[in-house]
Amino acid sequence: MDEGSVPVAEDPGRRRRVHGMLKLYYGLNEEGKAPEQPESLDPCDINGPHFDPELYLNKLRRECSLTELMDQETCMVRQIRSLDSDMQTLVYENYNKFISATDTIRKMKNDFKKMEDEMDCLSANMAAITEFSARISGTLQDQHAQITKLSGVHTLLRKLQFLFELPARLNKCLELQAYAQAVNTHRRARCVLQQYSHLPSFKGIQDDCHAIMDKLAQELRQKFRDGGSSAKDLSECVELLLQLDEPAEELCDKFLSHARSRLESDLQGLEAEIRPYPSTSATKDASVHGLSSTTAPGSPADGSPKNSSLPSPASNTDILEFIDRGCNEFVSSLCLVITSYQELFINHAQKGELASKNIPQMANGKLHVFVDDLAARYFMLVERRIQEEKGVGDNSLLVRALDRFHRRLQAVAKLLPGSAVPNKGTEIVIRAATERVKQYLSALQSFYMDSLTDVRQALATPRLSVAGTSVAGPASGRDAPTSLPELLSSLSASILNQIKSVLASVHLFTAKDITFSNKPYFKGEFCSQGVRESLVVSFIKFVCQSSRQFCETAGDKGGSTPPALLLLLSRLCLDYETSTISYILTLTDEQFLVQHHSPVTPVTTLCAEAREAAQKLLNHYVKVQGLIISQMLRKSVETRDWVNTIEPRNVRAVMKRVVEDTTSIDVQVGLLYEEGVRKAHSSDSSKRTFSVYSSSRQQARYAASYTPSAPMDTNLLSNIHKLFSERIDIFSSVEFNKVSVMTGIIKISLKTFLECVRLRTFGRYGLQQIQVDCHYLQMYLWRFVSDENLVHFLLDEIVGSAAHRCLDPAPMEQSVIEVICERG
Amino acid sequence: MEDDAPVIYGLEFQARALTAQTAETDAVRFLVGTQSLKFDNQIHIIDFDDENNIINKNVLLHQAGEIWHIGASPADKAVLTTCYNKSESHCFLLSVAPFAASLCSSFFSSDSRVVSCAAVWRMPSDWETGSHESPDESAHNPQTLELLCHLDDSTHGNAACVLWEPMGDGKRVISLADNHALLWDLQESSTQATVSSTATLEGKGQLKFTSGKWSPHHNCSQLATANDTAIRGWDLRTMSQIYCIENAHGQLVRDLDFNPNRQYYLASCGDDCKVKFWDVRSVQEPVKTLEEHSHWVWSVRYNHSHDQLVLTASSDSRLILSNMVSISSEPFGHLVDDEELSEGEELHQEDKGKEPLKDSVVSTYEEHEDSVYAAEWSSADPWLFASLSYDGRLVINRVPRALKYRILL
Repeated sequence: MDEGSVPVAEDPGRRRRVHGMLKLYYGLNEEGKAPEQPESLDPCDINGPHFDPELYLNKLRRECSLTELMDQETCMVRQIRSLDSDMQTLVYENYNKFISATDTIRKMKNDFKKMEDEMDCLSANMAAITEFSARISGTLQDQHAQITKLSGVHTLLRKLQFLFELPARLNKCLELQAYAQAVNTHRRARCVLQQYSHLPSFKGIQDDCHAIMDKLAQELRQKFRDGGSSAKDLSECVELLLQLDEPAEELCDKFLSHARSRLESDLQGLEAEIRPYPSTSATKDASVHGLSSTTAPGSPADGSPKNSSLPSPASNTDILEFIDRGCNEFVSSLCLVITSYQELFINHAQKGELASKNIPQMANGKLHVFVDDLAARYFMLVERRIQEEKGVGDNSLLVRALDRFHRRLQAVAKLLPGSAVPNKGTEIVIRAATERVKQYLSALQSFYMDSLTDVRQALATPRLSVAGTSVAGPASGRDAPTSLPELLSSLSASILNQIKSVLASVHLFTAKDITFSNKPYFKGEFCSQGVRESLVVSFIKFVCQSSRQFCETAGDKGGSTPPALLLLLSRLCLDYETSTISYILTLTDEQFLVQHHSPVTPVTTLCAEAREAAQKLLNHYVKVQGLIISQMLRKSVETRDWVNTIEPRNVRAVMKRVVEDTTSIDVQVGLLYEEGVRKAHSSDSSKRTFSVYSSSRQQARYAASYTPSAPMDTNLLSNIHKLFSERIDIFSSVEFNKVSVMTGIIKISLKTFLECVRLRTFGRYGLQQIQVDCHYLQMYLWRFVSDENLVHFLLDEIVGSAAHRCLDPAPMEQSVIEVICERG
Repeated sequence: MEDDAPVIYGLEFQARALTAQTAETDAVRFLVGTQSLKFDNQIHIIDFDDENNIINKNVLLHQAGEIWHIGASPADKAVLTTCYNKSESHCFLLSVAPFAASLCSSFFSSDSRVVSCAAVWRMPSDWETGSHESPDESAHNPQTLELLCHLDDSTHGNAACVLWEPMGDGKRVISLADNHALLWDLQESSTQATVSSTATLEGKGQLKFTSGKWSPHHNCSQLATANDTAIRGWDLRTMSQIYCIENAHGQLVRDLDFNPNRQYYLASCGDDCKVKFWDVRSVQEPVKTLEEHSHWVWSVRYNHSHDQLVLTASSDSRLILSNMVSISSEPFGHLVDDEELSEGEELHQEDKGKEPLKDSVVSTYEEHEDSVYAAEWSSADPWLFASLSYDGRLVINRVPRALKYRILL
């Protein structure tokens, strides 16, 4: 109960509330508010619909005190009063409104009446107007029909006049060569003439026209065939002919055959420039001559000067010029032909009604055949020309030529989207490139072989003989101007330079500004398979291969290849293994940005191959040098009668020669290979040697051999000695250093010495000579080897064997030996 | 499969000459000739008892001189030839070498000369029995060889080797002396030798045969010789050269052997450390080359029955047994006979599935500690071979069992 607010509110809010209460009172439920006000079912709710005054009163009476009842009562009374006053206000308000509404309605009624009258008047006027208008049109009817008829006659007359004048006009056009106008005119008249051809007069006109048009067509054809006119004229010509219902196919053929004759003369021009077939090209020239003169009677005027102006076959232009000429003459005219042909037969036809006749397809097909045919011939010529490019001097010319060739073909590709021509062109470029790579490889190979020949010659030229100088003087030996290191460095530098220049040349194929460089072949396969594998890798393999061949062919006699060359090559291969190969390959990979899609030869394989070659060469070198010394030793042992020899007075010359040769070999090897490690020398390496023989062991040996009862002792002693020394492999692999090489050579030599000694029988002095010789060798050879004990051991064996093979083994005094050796 | 260990026998003297007793086909027996300048040289007869792995030796004295080459008669067990050096200071048989004296006479008037001779000998008939009774005694008091005849000719020089006619009746031998090849007929139980024909190597310089081999093919009518780096073939009927392999080896050719089954195949070895196999019909290139040794190869021998097995001895102290299947007479392994085929499909298929054998080194024998100058196959047991090194060590080895079974099955 909001009785408190009721008296206070006077604004619209209050009114609304009043409305609401009224609504409540009348049982109306405002929409939307209904759910908000829960229906009170309480019968004591004075505002509720189920209010029961009895119950309410009873409740009040029961619950409230008197004062409360009093208050309730006053409150109730106040509320009732206010409600009453509200009701009165409402009634007054509505009443006023109703009265004003009635007034308005009455006024409207009056106005409508006036309007009705005016409308009646208007309709009467309209009826009068209609009547008048009908009367006017009736009077004008006749005249209108007459005018229409007259104008019709006029048009007809003009058409007739046009028809009658047509032959004359056409003739005039023909005279003026305004073919387009003539055709246009004729076309306009054609249908009519066709329709009325049963009338004799029209028939005559038609016949005249036909005759004229035939003549015109003839002329056009003539003009078309002459072809001398510009492309525009030509196209106009063709257009007109097409309009004259000339068969399109025939026109295409004619057009193409005409173009062909021109292009072929270009091709002949090109062919004439290719040298190797002057005779065939000449005969071809002649035959084409005859052909062109029979097929195209109009052309000789054009053709003959061209043919006569052909350069003589002997004059051979360079390839760029050739390709240029090919591009400028053949390719550009081919492009022109294609454009105008397409313009004429394809684009144009598509617009007009001709499209329906499948002409574009037909024309396109013909064009493709035509282009393919001519291009094939062109390509044949180009390829022949490219094959002539054998010289590898300047690659840029070829690359530029190929680039131009390829670039110009792109134009064809643009004009003829479906054509195979560009692809074939690319194939030619690829073939040319691979061919080039092959040529470079063989050029590199021959360069390498030439360099080797040069080196060989340099080695063979007379040098200061080391033999003349002192044996022990490595300084004087070094003066010997073999200058192996220089040769080596110049050889490897020149090879490297050559490789670089070749790479640079080949690199032109992939230069950015070359059109074909972005073809997938040149991006991928050319770099990896072409350049890397078949050029660089092949070359390295070739180097190794040829080096190995030196070992094999020179093999048995060892005479053909100078040992110094073997040594040099071995070092070269070793250098390749350590650095050059990886350098070259890195260079290649960098220059060509090789992306290896296909498996390529890894650096390690090549390095292994190079190392193997180097090893083989060095082994071979050791073998050859060892054999040379062996040969000397063998001859010296075999040719002497050791039984009957005089007492040794000095060292045999052969031994001095051996030491000299060993020294010079040492110098030679030292020029190219590092020293290498050797076992520590004992303090008096050169002196102590004969202690082995002269002291206990050797004496024990001889002592043993003098005692017949115990012949086993000698063997026992040497066997015990052998048990504790390692087995010596004579022809074994050597390491890449000087000491190892020298050890190998000395091993071979001394072993030969040993074996030869064992095959001979010695007298007393023979043994003593061997003793002297061995001491001498000992004095000088220990310094060359990695382990001097090896020399000791082998020389021991030699002297031991000689003692065994001696009929009268009486060894020389050690001091005497030393004196003899020092005397030299 | 464990292979038997090699059997080693030590001689007191240095030795180079080794041969199998060719006529003996039951017992494994090798003959070794020693080299000693100071003592009486000996011929050791080495019997190998395969079952017990034991060696029995018998020693015969060869007092003529140190033995460089030895050859056993193919017909008579007891007959053998030797090439020997004798120095005149040790010479007991002055009368046998008048030519040597003349040869050496140009030298100093010293009394010590060395001459090479060749002779045919017979072993005493009771050498075997004697050894059984007292082996110790026999070692100290060995019996002496009985000289049958000398193969010396006053006009021809030093003998390098003597070759018996292979599989012959022991009546014909060839001796190679300097640059002559002499064909001898032995008569009256080999006590008399006459030169029936000679061939001489003509050429520049001092030519000298180093070794030779009598071909068992072509009815024993061919001989191959080696001098320096060349190998020559001779027709014994005409005594003329039939082929020549110039520069067969880079260095000296040391030895030759004929393939026992393929008549045109020849093996050679030399100082270039190589063993080469030739087809004498086309001598430009060797059929095959082996480079396994690290020093001169002194001896090459085909196995008598399985010619894929090749034995090489070298002064690198090694003996190498190679299996040269590709150029053998059985390049596809053992050929299955018809009767074996009937045994069943299974066997046949097994054969087919077997991988073809490849040329390879079967084994390298390193028992020697000095240069090995000779190697020989046993004539009795095709799977046995002996090798002799300079220090007097004789080693008897067997073909590895695995390979043996592979070849046989």
